[in-house]
Amino acid sequence: MHIVVCVKQVPDTKIIKINPKTNTLDRRSAPAILNPYDAHAVQEAVKIKNKTGGTISVLSMGPPQAVAVIKKSVEIGADQGYLISDRAFAGADTLATSYALSKALEKISKDNPIDLVICGKHAIDGDTGQVGPGIARRLDIPPITNVIEVSEVNEGEKHVHIKRKQIDGYEVIQSQLPCLLTVEKEINDIEYAPLTNMINAARYEPVIWSVNDLEDVDKTQLGLKGSPTIVGKMFSPPKLEGGKRIEGNSDSQVEQLMGILMERKDLLKIKTANS
Amino acid sequence: MEENQGVWVFIEVNDGTIEGVSLELLGAGRKLADKLEVPLSGVMLGEGVMPLANEVIYAGADQVYVVDHPVLKNYRTESYMKGVCVLAEKYKPEIFLYGATPNGKDLASAVATDLSTGLTADTTMLDVDVEKRLLEASRPAFGGNIMATILCKKHRPQMATVRPKVMKALETDEGRKGVIIEEELELREEDMRTKVLKIVKDVTKKASLAEAHVIVAGGKGLGDIQGFQLIHELAEVIGASVGGTRDVVEAGWLKHEQQIGQTGETVTPKIYFAIGISGAIQHVEGMKNSELIIAINKDPNAPIFDVATYGIVGDAMEIVPKLIKQFKELSKEKGGEMSYV
Repeated sequence: MHIVVCVKQVPDTKIIKINPKTNTLDRRSAPAILNPYDAHAVQEAVKIKNKTGGTISVLSMGPPQAVAVIKKSVEIGADQGYLISDRAFAGADTLATSYALSKALEKISKDNPIDLVICGKHAIDGDTGQVGPGIARRLDIPPITNVIEVSEVNEGEKHVHIKRKQIDGYEVIQSQLPCLLTVEKEINDIEYAPLTNMINAARYEPVIWSVNDLEDVDKTQLGLKGSPTIVGKMFSPPKLEGGKRIEGNSDSQVEQLMGILMERKDLLKIKTANS
Repeated sequence: MEENQGVWVFIEVNDGTIEGVSLELLGAGRKLADKLEVPLSGVMLGEGVMPLANEVIYAGADQVYVVDHPVLKNYRTESYMKGVCVLAEKYKPEIFLYGATPNGKDLASAVATDLSTGLTADTTMLDVDVEKRLLEASRPAFGGNIMATILCKKHRPQMATVRPKVMKALETDEGRKGVIIEEELELREEDMRTKVLKIVKDVTKKASLAEAHVIVAGGKGLGDIQGFQLIHELAEVIGASVGGTRDVVEAGWLKHEQQIGQTGETVTPKIYFAIGISGAIQHVEGMKNSELIIAINKDPNAPIFDVATYGIVGDAMEIVPKLIKQFKELSKEKGGEMSYV
């Protein structure tokens, strides 16, 4: 079983600051982390490998410092990692990103055919969730998004059973292998890494490929050139019109609020014993 | 590119019913189509969906493309993507909108790749530059701190997924006339590499937030998980559902499915209590369409007051217990329990 997990280095959006004058992102303000959903993707690969045996590779695209998220993945339990890093990839939107990653996956697959690709549901800096399904289309394998459980991996029959989250419940899907999964956070808990993993990770140096290391690449489909979408403008969210303040001390505030709620009988109905 | 014309909306059908977001998108799509002076079309795939075609027209479409086929019984990326791509290549729309549901996002991502076009995710505002025929799809970016308008200048169709409950559906008009176009599609089950084995509905979960009439939501301003108990108590007394911000979910005070906001649930209750919530746009996007919003927060400058119908500047620890007491007395007085219309 060869599982490849696609991971991304992202700024921690919980801490990130926006420069209010320029409306731009102050990247220095936020530490770079392994995208949290991707951490769950690596953890799920480890769970599957523990049952089936095999190898876990991780793949990332980004600047040279993105090796940090590959090391982090090795700490969680990945065996090896690849980083594609080149100016040619810069400025890629989801279409161009999925193209570049799919080219790297094709190369990885030549040495060791891939049975399963796992991605996080989305990256917390882009929030799109489009790269996973995009990769699957380019590799012509089925994508299964919003996965909350991998209940069966049958290597002999070459299929998996997957629980996929839906609007109002879930569905169970059987898919042929190879396929691509994008996982939700609730799929697993990140386990504490054994000390040996941490030592391995600290020493690990991933393979770094430039665009010229990939094969049959159409460079017009990469980076900014290969990205159909652009950011037209950035703006502060529109101010909504706030309403009335309820003034006074807390007793008076509560009393006024109760009065307002009692008046809005169209919204609120007190059911009495008689009604 | 010039040959691309018309606004399309993917009509998502689950369990024989059109998803609310598809109707909302017909409302939003109608405005875009009118501005561009082009027809608005719905695209509906499934098995036995033909009887729903009129509903799409009543909700604002000029025409509906329908693919009715047994292989399309349940949503699968491979079969739906094929159907949608065939239609899009044949009729060449210039704008194509999908609901940002699990299936809508999944489908749109696959279709965008196959059509080699741009796709904007989780849009919350839509407009169109008529002169340039450019869709202006705006979405919260960087964790929701800022809005970005995404453009797709050179590729068609221009595609976007749109969050449920941020656009308004039109009033259903059964007098509306439109054209229903049935498309034949060659689909064979044996070509499919995936099978839907089972569908499990969890109706209680859906009702708990997305369809709740009253929601009591809390944020980090409540201090800690003990402080957050006040939210549960107030909700219990008035029979409301409980929600919270991303912060409190990540702190472990609430379950993931109780997160309200851009990356959580979008809600539109009759009454929304926002307690100890500062009002980051990420959260506001998920609740601003509530009918009556009551905010309680210590910070008089908290952005939540910009959205609130009624704002109370004060300490939730002091105010909420008093509110709970009042409601308890009220229900005792009336001799019954509280409920909402």
